[in-house]
Amino acid sequence: MLEISGLTKRYGQDAPVLTGLDLTVEGNSIIAIVGASGAGKSTMLRCINRLVEPTSGSIRLNGHELVDLKGAELRRARRRIGMVFQGFNLIDRLTVMENVLAGRLGYVNLFQAVTRRYPASDIERAFQLMERVDIAHYANKRADELSGGERQRVGVVRALMQEPEVLLADEPTASLDPRTSEQIMMLLQSLASELSLPVLINIHNVGQAKTYTERIVGLRHGRMIFDGLPDDFTHDALEAVYGGIEASDESIAPAAKRQREVPHEPF
Amino acid sequence: MVEGQTEPAVDRVWRRYDRRQRLIRYAVVLAVMMAVVWAVRDIDIFWPWVWDAPNQISNLGARMWPPDPTRLGAIVAAMLETVHIATLATMLTIFIALPVSYIAAQNTTPNRACLWLGRFILVASRSVNTIIWALLFVAIFGPGVLAGILAIMFRSVGFIGKLMGEAIEEIDKRPVEAMEATGASKAKIIAYAVVPQVMPAFFAIIILRWDINIRESTVLGLVGAGGIGVILQGAIDTFAWPTVATILIAIIALVLIGEALTSLLRRKVL
Amino acid sequence: MNRSETPRTWRKPPFIANPWLRYGILAVTATYLVWAFATLPFNWQRIAEGLPRSARIFGGGFPPNFSRADLLLTGFVESLQIAILATLLGVALSIPFAIMAARNIAPLPVYLLGRAVIIVSRSFHPVIVAILFVAAVGFGPLAGILTLTLYSIGFVGKLLAEEIEEIDWGQVEAIRAAGAGYLATLCYAVFPQILPRQVGLSMYQLDSNLRASAVVGIVGAGGIGSTLMNAFGRYDYDFAFAILLVIIAVILVSEGISGWVRKRLW
Repeated sequence: MLEISGLTKRYGQDAPVLTGLDLTVEGNSIIAIVGASGAGKSTMLRCINRLVEPTSGSIRLNGHELVDLKGAELRRARRRIGMVFQGFNLIDRLTVMENVLAGRLGYVNLFQAVTRRYPASDIERAFQLMERVDIAHYANKRADELSGGERQRVGVVRALMQEPEVLLADEPTASLDPRTSEQIMMLLQSLASELSLPVLINIHNVGQAKTYTERIVGLRHGRMIFDGLPDDFTHDALEAVYGGIEASDESIAPAAKRQREVPHEPF
Repeated sequence: MVEGQTEPAVDRVWRRYDRRQRLIRYAVVLAVMMAVVWAVRDIDIFWPWVWDAPNQISNLGARMWPPDPTRLGAIVAAMLETVHIATLATMLTIFIALPVSYIAAQNTTPNRACLWLGRFILVASRSVNTIIWALLFVAIFGPGVLAGILAIMFRSVGFIGKLMGEAIEEIDKRPVEAMEATGASKAKIIAYAVVPQVMPAFFAIIILRWDINIRESTVLGLVGAGGIGVILQGAIDTFAWPTVATILIAIIALVLIGEALTSLLRRKVL
Repeated sequence: MNRSETPRTWRKPPFIANPWLRYGILAVTATYLVWAFATLPFNWQRIAEGLPRSARIFGGGFPPNFSRADLLLTGFVESLQIAILATLLGVALSIPFAIMAARNIAPLPVYLLGRAVIIVSRSFHPVIVAILFVAAVGFGPLAGILTLTLYSIGFVGKLLAEEIEEIDWGQVEAIRAAGAGYLATLCYAVFPQILPRQVGLSMYQLDSNLRASAVVGIVGAGGIGSTLMNAFGRYDYDFAFAILLVIIAVILVSEGISGWVRKRLW
């Protein structure tokens, strides 16, 4: 169970990005968080695993407070929170298997991590999960040789390798074409029930949110203004969340690969 | 440039640059000319020698011809020594340059003090030329290859460290974020999200520097720090010009082989 | 794909797939290291004296002695003069050599000659060139200027030739179509395209030459390098360290100025 209460985040003296957010997620429910760009969706997810430091408030995962953790304790807490990213955030030059096993980094020691000597149980689990999402035959391929949908499935498997107690997905489908993004949403939906895992999904696409999730949370300017069933997310609610805000295309730019000009050193 | 447009046709003049641009151009040209005039008048040169220089140079060229291959064995041995100095120094430099680049990169440095220490090492290493480093190490450790290896190393640390530091600063931050989210410690994040990303840059930089070091190590001997330069200096001191010519040809051959090898390596590895 | 046959152990695929090649490279590297260390003549006895000697050198070098500032200044002024003249000559001369070495505007024999000049002048470290010029024209700044001119021709000429090979050919055709001859085509279609780059390169080369002029002096080609060499030769370490410090400062300043100018230009 994930309990967020009074979560506030502000950068410096600017207006807060998140204001007094309360949210409780129980069991294996799958929740969509909708809102315009800049509404604070991404910040909220990143506060949960503390990639962003909350200004105030409390976040409890299965009864353990996350906000005041530091160092090794924080890293142990992060192991239990899986995260899927909009840009997949894979390590392009490593193999699919290494990317998947990276999900175990919080569990293995440094020697095992560097030499890639993961315990047999981890490797078995990796194969099972990869088979589940149909990428096992890519195990020794480099991650950048895969298509977008396949890369996102690697991202999902990496998060599941952590044996998470909650799964966060930050716009997991925004960089994918419509058909692939439906597949990923379906996958997240079925994984949530198979593994009885609560899943929080930041999503732009309201149609997908209504189809694949059980509960919708609407954010606007850092405040929660809707929390209910997908069927209750009516046109009025949509207006309230998005109304008057220019919809901006939140596509991720390909990582700029700058050709490095090697300077001429005077001999 | 559009000022003449509304005026009668007779007043229209076309100029390549507007007034301000022209003034800046004249000022720059004037400054360059003044610098040149000052340099020419003030420099400590005995001008008759200058007019005689082509003569002297062709004279020297004539004395070098034909190249004398009798000492080829010694020259080849010295060449190998030169390559060894460059290769060993490049290899050893890696162990120093990587930690330095790690602390001199904004995104991996442990703290500000380390950042400035790293930058200081890089600047100090880069501003002193290899041959000056060699001069210093010959004074300390005496003439020989050790001074040469150390000189090449001390200069290469700055080069490799600076470029590696930039490579580290330019990595894609997203995998780093993903590794943080898995609960990985800093060392593991470096091993998974940073190292694979800088690998290609690392190989490119090492290969590039090795190529440069081959050239650099040909001159170490002129200050006594080992390699082909020792023989070259000896031949010049004894006016053995045909031998000097052989050495020069050997150096060109070495540099060209080095260049061919590095471009081959670059294609294979990257 | 039959899933039940998926191997349940996993090893990272090796960096080099072929095991013979993989272990071969390791063996060759190990052999090389042993061979190199075995054949290099280390004079351990002399090296062992290094520590006390370095203590003496650094002890003698600190604090650096700036009392002979006039000598220091003369050396630097000479280095600066060498750098300015060599840059000017080198950049000017690099233009004809670059034209000769550009495949798209030079006939083959001329191209080969141009390339050869550039390759030869790039193969030799300036210090080697300097020692030859010192032998030919005697000690002093003249040898330095000649050396750095050749060095500049090699470097600027190479980059400029590459630049010429990449020019927009349409402009050349346009000027030719207007009936221009070879020289006029060069002036109107080729030079305007490479000029901005040439100015930037000149700044870079001035900076490079200033650094190099500190070095060629070590073999007697004038400038601050000669002053430094003399100080070292006379075990005058406190003055030598003063020179070194000033060299570092000047190089940093010159790098800064050259970088600033090039940023403004591009």
